[in-house]
Amino acid sequence: MTLGALPYILALVLMLIGLYVVVAKKNIIKIILGVCILEYAVNLFLLLLGYRHGGAAPIRTAEQADTSAFAAGAVDPIPQALILTSIVIGLGCLALMVSLAVRLHEKFGTFDMTRIRELKG
Amino acid sequence: MTQGMSLIVKTITRLVTSFITLFGIYIVLYGHVSPGGGFAGGVILSAGMILLLLAFGREQTMKIISHSALVIWDSAGALAFLTVAVVGYLAGDFFINFLSTGEPYRLASAGTIPLSNMAIGAKVGAGLFGVFLALAIFRPGRHQEEE
Amino acid sequence: MDPFMLLLLALLAFMIIGSLIAAETEDLLSSVVCVGAIGAGLAIIDLFLGAPDLAITQVVVEILCVAILIRVVLNRKDETHRTHKDTFAVGSVLLFLGVLLVLGGWAMTTLHPFGEPLLAGDQPGVAQQYLTNGLQDTGAANYVMAVLLDYRAYDTLGEATVIFVSIIGAYVILRQRGKLRHDTGNESDS
Repeated sequence: MTLGALPYILALVLMLIGLYVVVAKKNIIKIILGVCILEYAVNLFLLLLGYRHGGAAPIRTAEQADTSAFAAGAVDPIPQALILTSIVIGLGCLALMVSLAVRLHEKFGTFDMTRIRELKG
Repeated sequence: MTQGMSLIVKTITRLVTSFITLFGIYIVLYGHVSPGGGFAGGVILSAGMILLLLAFGREQTMKIISHSALVIWDSAGALAFLTVAVVGYLAGDFFINFLSTGEPYRLASAGTIPLSNMAIGAKVGAGLFGVFLALAIFRPGRHQEEE
Repeated sequence: MDPFMLLLLALLAFMIIGSLIAAETEDLLSSVVCVGAIGAGLAIIDLFLGAPDLAITQVVVEILCVAILIRVVLNRKDETHRTHKDTFAVGSVLLFLGVLLVLGGWAMTTLHPFGEPLLAGDQPGVAQQYLTNGLQDTGAANYVMAVLLDYRAYDTLGEATVIFVSIIGAYVILRQRGKLRHDTGNESDS
């Protein structure tokens, strides 16, 4: 069953693209965007791990009175709970990185890593 | 970003912001019975305030919400969440759900979860808007590297 | 192959293409917009995989993300495209990423196949316990909130601390200059 792993592999490809941007690019804003892509890919991978075929959202309404039927048909709530905080943490970290980049641009007048290194802060 | 945007944007913002804020509060309060919760609602609240900031410029916005008030809300949210935890500790265990769970599918149910949601909503909303405000206030200094 | 799977794969392909464009365009602004498109695609995937909480949060966070990044990129000149390309470095990075892709893809095939997670197997584990007992234990109809704020609230406290620290860090980094300039006047002219 090779198809069963295909979404995981695509999430892995997305993660590697993010890693490539972080490692190979010279622009600070590009590196921040690479961290963003990496974060999306990891969130996506965790979410894919918890899905089951035909699964419903783990939010119950008053009509779903049968507990065992609900428990047999809902997706995994634990990865969702972890990702929910991780998304907001990602935004906080993005703000931190962006403020660092702004300070660097103020000091050196460029976003380019190689030129910043040449200028010897 | 000194004077804000045009008249059309300002008028629409005036109409829409209160509804965005109301929706954010709804998402926070009903987090335990429907999709949403403190994190999502807090981000929506901060998005509404950011709309205000982008449309009216920072002078007008800081008259309504000052930076120190944001810091106070942020810290108060964190403290309230910790207080819920510590009161639970006094009731037996750290983060124990010491209130009655109540009748399911109602607003007044699930014990301490709505309280924690409110604390997290205040914390996330104020914190993220505070960062955006700090980025907006920040002016790159006059010196541009004479090369 | 059922249409759900096709849609999921199409959205994943959209995200990958978007990230490739974001990686390779010269213009920073288009790059930022591409990352916004990736986030929007992720929000739609969240919705299809049964996570409406995540979809709400992801959409709004994405908007804020793009707003912050555009605010930074706009009005700031960028000269990266003038620098020469280091072919050897990029080639070696691509080589190692290819090795990582082969090994990681091989590892992914040993996981549970997509759609049959651990909680549907013989040993359901803790997730099935949460789904079975969640309503009696906590009274919350939203099981994500039940896990987040009741079963694993200690974890959430730690994550709230991380958000707090990152936001305070951003304040500190951005603020010092302003105070310095207010106090000492034209320090930045020197």
